[in-house]
Amino acid sequence: MSKVPEGYQFNQKHLLGLTDYSKEDILFVLDQAKYFREILDRTVPKVPTLRDKTIVNLFYENSTRTRLSFELAQKRMGADVVNFSTGSSSTKKGESLKDTIRNISSMKIDMVVVRHESPGVPHFLTQCVDAAILNAGDGAHEHPTQALLDMFTMQTLHPDLTGKKVAIIGDISHSRVVRSNIIGLKKLGAEVVLCGPKTLMPVYVEDMGVEVSYDLNETLAWCDIAMALRIQLERQEGATELFPSLREYHERFGIKYHHLEKYPDFKIMHPGPINRGVEMESEVADSDRAVILDQVTNGVAVRMAILYLLSGGTRV
Amino acid sequence: MLLKNLKPVSSSHNGKETIDIRLDGDVIKEIGSGLNATKNEETHDFGGAYVSPGWMDMHVHLRDPGFEHKETIKTGCDAAAFGGFTAVACMPNTKPATHTRDVVEYIIKKAQKLPVDVHPIACVTKDRAGKSIAEMADMKEGGAVAFSDDGDPVYDSQVMRVALEYSSMLGMPIINHEEDLALSRPGHMNEGKVATRLGLDGTPGIAEEVMIARDIMLAEYTGGHIHVAHISTKNAVDLVRQAKKKGINVTTEVCAHHFDLTDEEIERTNFNTNFKMHPPLRTQEDVDAMVEGLIDGTIDAICTDHAPHAIEEKEVEFIYAPNGIIGLETAWSISNERLFQTKKLDLQQLVEKLCTKPREILNLEVPEIKEGVKANLTFFNMDEEWTFTPKNVRSKSKNSPYLNQKMKGRAVGIFNKGQLVLNELR
Repeated sequence: MSKVPEGYQFNQKHLLGLTDYSKEDILFVLDQAKYFREILDRTVPKVPTLRDKTIVNLFYENSTRTRLSFELAQKRMGADVVNFSTGSSSTKKGESLKDTIRNISSMKIDMVVVRHESPGVPHFLTQCVDAAILNAGDGAHEHPTQALLDMFTMQTLHPDLTGKKVAIIGDISHSRVVRSNIIGLKKLGAEVVLCGPKTLMPVYVEDMGVEVSYDLNETLAWCDIAMALRIQLERQEGATELFPSLREYHERFGIKYHHLEKYPDFKIMHPGPINRGVEMESEVADSDRAVILDQVTNGVAVRMAILYLLSGGTRV
Repeated sequence: MLLKNLKPVSSSHNGKETIDIRLDGDVIKEIGSGLNATKNEETHDFGGAYVSPGWMDMHVHLRDPGFEHKETIKTGCDAAAFGGFTAVACMPNTKPATHTRDVVEYIIKKAQKLPVDVHPIACVTKDRAGKSIAEMADMKEGGAVAFSDDGDPVYDSQVMRVALEYSSMLGMPIINHEEDLALSRPGHMNEGKVATRLGLDGTPGIAEEVMIARDIMLAEYTGGHIHVAHISTKNAVDLVRQAKKKGINVTTEVCAHHFDLTDEEIERTNFNTNFKMHPPLRTQEDVDAMVEGLIDGTIDAICTDHAPHAIEEKEVEFIYAPNGIIGLETAWSISNERLFQTKKLDLQQLVEKLCTKPREILNLEVPEIKEGVKANLTFFNMDEEWTFTPKNVRSKSKNSPYLNQKMKGRAVGIFNKGQLVLNELR
């Protein structure tokens, strides 16, 4: 099955992670996103679907593209949007997250988009307020809209992802992108191999239904899609370094131009931002094998679709 | 006072007979069957409940002095009595730390009139800083029963060596919070399949085991007594088992939640911070190993690591929430369900883990049920079903993973220091 079955109904109230979404839910969101993707190519890329909605973007961690992407999606649908990020917030005054969200909610908010360094914060917010909660990344747990836009982009390459081979390369331990992708891709029937240094591989990760490789050549020879992850040096600060140097990392796990010649079939994705010369050579990122900028465009469409559905929209 | 219809359980009573106990003040005056109340004698009919020598929890945090918003000596003792404990040993991570004799004496004085015996455990090191040993002999004089920097390990091996040597001169155990901090930080739950799924940094079992292995070797070398606090992994139990076989002076305890719950709970409850404690909830294999360790005697005592935290401290993002849960009120029900109802331990063995062993480890007199001794008694049942509602929490804090859970078996009261406490459900 790669199509949404007849009579399917979307019944989710939140998007906390892809763990709670069925295969049908995921296919349906991706299907709806196609419509919004078309809107983005129009001369006036706007629809009034959310014009009676108020959304707060609650960002407790730095973000550029995810926050911009959400904000654009919201504005293209006519929502009233308020942004809250630390630095300009009351968290500095010592207010708890629970009090903050309940105060914001008292200003009559319909939806909350939240990013936070702690896994579980989106779940926690559902216990504090009635608004629909969208997870824009909780620690190294989930980043469901990123995985949805990744799968949407993969579908543009391979409409049916059943049996497709996806390699995810790099810092697996610290990545919320990888967890949501594994969950989503497995539900859609894809095969997933994780590749990176053993010290960046979480324990028992095979238990999530994936295989692990420490050999980049073997992985690239196998895959249809290679998704490189950003090396998150900031997450290792103050702790024992988990690999010796960026130089050695690039030598062993960086995708290089010669790989594109040697393995002519795979496409390249990256959730950004790229460390050029670390995860991949510049020529690779800029090659016609990379669909990295398509991912960014698709991200707006996918976020429009999920905002629409969680605001009570049924089917476009 | 006459206490009627009780089935005694102790090293010399197997719970099969029914007796009445007559008390005179704080002393057991007469034990018999069919005793009749004298004129005006206060009488309580327990209707066939069990009675054993009073239980002791050798690992609690009373938070007093310094953190009275979490718990006080009074509220902590209320929780202990509700859980059937007539004695607790309280950890020294107070403010100021219990690292001088005056703090030890403050705690003892504050507990003097309460029905629960409070035995302070004093710091191993000055300021609990792990650098140099505190005035152990003076604190022993003041009433301390053991030394620990609990909450943190004694991390420096030389400090631990000195502490074991010095305390062995006093005949006192060192209780170590077994955690290799370099391996465990910044963990928020057990390192394993669940932590990987949830994206939470894990505290691996090996962080506990490495430290236990070190302490066992230091105990062997120095001849000191190391008591392994809150043991939680299968390999840790194996280490203690081997050490005991070698005759090394090592004892250990297990928290009730560690032979009941696993790390799966954090996923099941969507990151409920009342399942966050240190050591973290481990795997089913570890839970099973705790039960095995209790059966074969590797694990000496059942404890709770009762660690109260205020609502606003626990109702936060998972990674910001402090470690620790309250446990005094629920330890018996969990022990009953996991160990007695499953026929892993019989009643006499349970009473040994809850009453005898903790006191032996701390060199305290073990109470008995016989005429002429001070009455120190716990009354309990195994079949009563009840719910641990917030109203039934006696602790000042409510951070329990068992809140609103159905429980089986209840401690219905205690008698100690001449005071009868009957636990009423609210």
